[in-house]
Amino acid sequence: MSGHKNNGSGGHGLRLKVGLAEMLKGGVIMDVTDAKQAEIAEKAGAVAVMALERVPAQIRAEGGVARMASIKKIKEIMSASSIPVMAKCRIGHFAEAQVLQELGVDFIDESEVLTPADELHHVDKHAFKTPFVCGARDLGEALRRIAEGAAMIRTKGEAGTGDVVHAVKHLRQIVKDMRQLTVMSEEELYAAAKEHRAPYELIRMVAKSGKLPVPNFSAGGIATPADAALVRQLGAEAVFVGSGIFMSDSHSFAPAEEAEVRARAIVRATTFFDDPKVLAEASEECTGAMKGLAVAALDASSMMQTRGW
Amino acid sequence: MSSSSNAPQLTIGVLALQGDYASHARVLEEIGVRVKMVRKAQELTGIDGLIIPGGESTTFLKLLAREGLFEPLRSFAASRPTFGTCAGCILLAKHVSGPEQESLGVLDASVERNAYGRQIDSEILTDETRLPGGPLEMVFIRAPRISQVGAEVEVLATRDGSPILVREKNVLAATFHPELSEDRRVHRYFLQMIQERRDSGNS
Repeated sequence: MSGHKNNGSGGHGLRLKVGLAEMLKGGVIMDVTDAKQAEIAEKAGAVAVMALERVPAQIRAEGGVARMASIKKIKEIMSASSIPVMAKCRIGHFAEAQVLQELGVDFIDESEVLTPADELHHVDKHAFKTPFVCGARDLGEALRRIAEGAAMIRTKGEAGTGDVVHAVKHLRQIVKDMRQLTVMSEEELYAAAKEHRAPYELIRMVAKSGKLPVPNFSAGGIATPADAALVRQLGAEAVFVGSGIFMSDSHSFAPAEEAEVRARAIVRATTFFDDPKVLAEASEECTGAMKGLAVAALDASSMMQTRGW
Repeated sequence: MSSSSNAPQLTIGVLALQGDYASHARVLEEIGVRVKMVRKAQELTGIDGLIIPGGESTTFLKLLAREGLFEPLRSFAASRPTFGTCAGCILLAKHVSGPEQESLGVLDASVERNAYGRQIDSEILTDETRLPGGPLEMVFIRAPRISQVGAEVEVLATRDGSPILVREKNVLAATFHPELSEDRRVHRYFLQMIQERRDSGNS
């Protein structure tokens, strides 16, 4: 080849990482725990799958330490999928991230759904060629993750509950924080950087553009087609659906046909999020939703969203 | 470049079911084209050309089938100016492998999905093409490979001997993402294709 190439983790590297996130926009990323579910997800129109040992609802119900999925499981799902495959590592667990990169997963989710491995530090994501997605509850948290190299932000919500309330809360918070920056004066931006505990350069970038410098997706409790449309209308560029597709309650999987119908309806609602007519059809197609747990009834110690900073 | 300023303003549709349609829209607006997002069959009317963006081709296919958009899109792409990037290129090709899947079949080419590997093998290359103006930056993301093209297909750029930018009559296809670079030559080339057809009275 005569041309010049660059695929390192420098400036070009970040563009490639964000580039893949761009391709996932307007789509649904689905949690799957085996090859069969991965096939159902792809058939339903998922843009990517998240390879897991247990979905968040099961992790929540079963307790114990939640770690990166088994390699066998991830490989099984990778070989069953023609769409991108994501996998989760624990917050701060850069060795798990190294393993996931070595396996060739397409995106790493440094996730609060798993038990954190470091109480102070997140993974230095610039050190990897594989792109990372990280959760956030407000703009400051989103920008701290972007400063560390995240190529995609998602709301944390409250995973594994099927209750969309905190995905909405976090999305509204991020959008509001960004809108406020756009009307600030130069000197106010320095103070805003301090308040949000985020790098000034990133604060300034958001103040200018009114949006995050990387794609902004939503996750955490999305369970129905209308939930997906809600977060899309609030500004999410794509959605992650975890337990909401394959679970009927915190312990048992829904029948495959039911999961497939749900998955398809959520994909449709995500594309036609601002078209109430299609949304009504998608909602009608969709039979049942996971029973779920009301976030308001959870005690603070069982919240996953407070993991990380 | 050569887009004349006194030409009537063009409207280009961008298939907006999923993917980086907003990036294409941004580029088109920047070069003075009106943009229309297309998610339904009736939205294919009143446009001078159509872009099928990057994204997941499997997702596109499911949504096209469910919304009754497959056939209208196929007949548009068979006769009107249509430009596909990455997943869009996969959709336009006659034969798709890795795995085999349905396609619009309006470009006489065989395309292999994810043929360069996974995300970790994605890369940005800068190389000479048949477009004038020097080397072109090309962003490849989980890119497909065009393994074979028919006699009528004009190859405008190659990577390791495989075509990466091709044209057959009204159809333009790239396995990379010109919408993710600052260089506007590929989009301007597509505008030129539309303009040529207009000038020859063949809109």
